[in-house]
Amino acid sequence: MLNISKNISGDKAVFELEGRLDTNTAPQLEAELKAALGGVSELVLSLEKLDYISSAGLRILLSTQKIMTKQGAMKVTKVNAAVMEIFEVTGFADILTIE
Amino acid sequence: MEIEMEAVPQNLPQLLEWIETRLEEADCPPKTQMQIAVAAEEIFVNIANYAYAPGTGRVTARMDISGEPPRLSITFIDSGVPYDPLSRADPDLSLPVEQREVGGLGIYMTKKFMDSVSYEYIDGCNVFTMKKYLS
Repeated sequence: MLNISKNISGDKAVFELEGRLDTNTAPQLEAELKAALGGVSELVLSLEKLDYISSAGLRILLSTQKIMTKQGAMKVTKVNAAVMEIFEVTGFADILTIE
Repeated sequence: MEIEMEAVPQNLPQLLEWIETRLEEADCPPKTQMQIAVAAEEIFVNIANYAYAPGTGRVTARMDISGEPPRLSITFIDSGVPYDPLSRADPDLSLPVEQREVGGLGIYMTKKFMDSVSYEYIDGCNVFTMKKYLS
């Protein structure tokens, strides 16, 4: 189960993720990002309420980071300890901008 | 204890709920729970996507939590094509973002998060076992 709340104004988009980003929910996030990112140069992913991420979720974060590197910048915020450990083990802590 | 199900991604929530319920009963810390769930998801989804492709088949998961300190063991058994997930090379985590790929990250996390992992092909079945101390 993944809840996505979006706030898009002008060229800035904020996505708040709540729940689980796994094999079954990742396609939902991918579709919503794809639909929203045209013309966006600043993307913020707020993960405060994200309590689970698997490699399927990492795949979306990586592909989105690649898109945003080309058209602006992406920030990942409010990462909890368990998700942060996933980022550290997988080297994502080095390629994402985490605040 | 044991659960048997159709190896399809749609059954992932059922599998993880089965595992997480027992981890909670064993007072497993939340961070460890998530690591075990991630490892289980990676192995299960791999079986669901590839073991019986293009058809489908069954998968059995066996779980045991025992000992002091408590140690978890989960074994996945399928009768699909022989495949050793541990044969996959570790991803290169030093590459810049443009060249970074996600392939192999799932099994890499499984190896990192578990204390031990093993694969055997026995009597026409893939048998993958992962173990971890819960505290």
